[in-house]
Amino acid sequence: MNEPAAAGRLLAATRQWLAQRRQDQGLRPYVVYAAALLILGLFAVILRDDGFLTASNLLNIGRQAAPIAVMAVGMTFALAAAEIDLSVGAVTALSSLVAAEAVGSYGFVAGAGAALAVGAGIGLVNGLIAVKVRIPSFLVTLGMLGIVSGIARNMNNLQSLPIRNDTFLAIFGAGSAGPISSLLIWTVVVGLIGHLVLHQLRWGRHVLSVGADRSAAAALGINTDRIRITALMTSAAAASFAGVLLAGRLAIGRHDLGENLLLTVIAAVVIGGTNLFGGRASVAGAVAGSVVMAMLNNGLILMGLRVADQLIARGVIIILAVALSMREQKET
Amino acid sequence: MTAAAAALEVEGLCKSFRAVRALDQVALSLHYGRVTALLGDNGAGKSTLVKCISGVYAPDAGVVKVDGVVQAIASPETARSLGIETVHQTLAVIDPLDVVENLFLNREHTRGGRLGAWLGVLDKKRMRAESNEILGRLDIRIPSLRRQMSALSGGQRQAVAIGRAAAWGQQIVLLDEPAAALGVEQAGRVLELIRSLRGAGVAVLLITHNMDRVTEVCDRAVVLRQGRKTAEVNVGDVTKDDLVAYITGARTGDPDPEAERAGSDP
Repeated sequence: MNEPAAAGRLLAATRQWLAQRRQDQGLRPYVVYAAALLILGLFAVILRDDGFLTASNLLNIGRQAAPIAVMAVGMTFALAAAEIDLSVGAVTALSSLVAAEAVGSYGFVAGAGAALAVGAGIGLVNGLIAVKVRIPSFLVTLGMLGIVSGIARNMNNLQSLPIRNDTFLAIFGAGSAGPISSLLIWTVVVGLIGHLVLHQLRWGRHVLSVGADRSAAAALGINTDRIRITALMTSAAAASFAGVLLAGRLAIGRHDLGENLLLTVIAAVVIGGTNLFGGRASVAGAVAGSVVMAMLNNGLILMGLRVADQLIARGVIIILAVALSMREQKET
Repeated sequence: MTAAAAALEVEGLCKSFRAVRALDQVALSLHYGRVTALLGDNGAGKSTLVKCISGVYAPDAGVVKVDGVVQAIASPETARSLGIETVHQTLAVIDPLDVVENLFLNREHTRGGRLGAWLGVLDKKRMRAESNEILGRLDIRIPSLRRQMSALSGGQRQAVAIGRAAAWGQQIVLLDEPAAALGVEQAGRVLELIRSLRGAGVAVLLITHNMDRVTEVCDRAVVLRQGRKTAEVNVGDVTKDDLVAYITGARTGDPDPEAERAGSDP
């Protein structure tokens, strides 16, 4: 036992680990973390005079990433099942209003509960129509996007609904445990639950199976209808919870809170290694992808890009991410 | 045939897809410890018959009996709960899942008591151990149980699919072209697997286009042609050429020749 031999063994073990990962599932799941570090480093250098790397800005990025990440975790399950949920942004907005309304009358538990119930209900309707009427979820949820946006606009006549319940605000947004914002805690909690559900629960494995090969899953006796419906309920409920977090952070419910997050969320999930067409999913990747998207948003703003140019930049990034994801799929 | 009770009996099975009669009054019986070949040209209705028995399709008419009891096999889950396991032509393996997950898909062990069972908390350790045991018993070698199916070779994927059917199919196993696209050695191993299933008393139905396999491993052969059963023979009584003649329609065999439709050849 001498030191060079030990170092050699360590190197060999590392190489073997990498080779094993590559054989077992490919290195694609790790791309998002490399991308996150790359973008962090890039902005740290480019924007070093604009305060990108300050503690307050990083905390800001974290707070912006929270609702994206919560929605992305839910969307991961929809995509894993080979469905898609385009209604999530609208559901987030409506949920912020529902939460604000219910908090005012019945307290903070009812506020969050009502929002989640509305989300799960919308997801249930999405799922039932997609499965029973056999309309692609793409179209069902596109229609639902319009319906829910309209309802949100009608609900308080385009006015913000203020939230004055301090408990609600502390738990779901403005509060913090020591230096750690409650938004970050919720992000970690939702991400952890999502990861465990995907990997440790039968339902998570069945969602992935249905998304990978629906007829094979059906031939093995899996109730594919139930899986698809519950996957769409999960994405909508997660979007509702994102609405609760946005309402908590801004102390209002409003008809457009989170409404424009749809594309950001899809990009975050796909960058994170989830296949847009089902069968491959990563919750941890979706959370990391959300941080990437929040960093990009933040960095583009600090770089002084106008809103119009930010939109263009985000669109280009989404197309690149999806292109990468599809190339990967063809190779395997 | 001896008087041993039939594991599976199919009578008068009909199935149409719009104007196409895929199955027309088909009868079939499988017996414990016997291998029955299901032969026929492409489009003869072999896979449709398997799918009707395994609950993928609902037949339009006809009766399926398991152990002499009439069963309505409304779903693949029903078929599996009756001890009928199927290896479909497409294998029905799930690419992004690993070997263990595929072997136990929809048959998962859970841990954590009643709450764990309700939530579906997977007992991965137990499933991995049992997978090792299952694959060992069937002498199926897979480099790593944690490997995703998409990273396995065609032969290994087939082996996992057959291993799954063999592991759960305590009574009846239906194999739809299980050795298609396999190398000589791997195909040989599939035959060994079928023999060991037969040895364990399982009733096996084997769809194949390979007459060598029929003569090597099958006891009976049923021939379908254009959705109708045109022959049912003891494999020991006929030659490979006879079987081919039945399949192409050059000859018709045993069951009720008068039911034969005149001029049904294309």
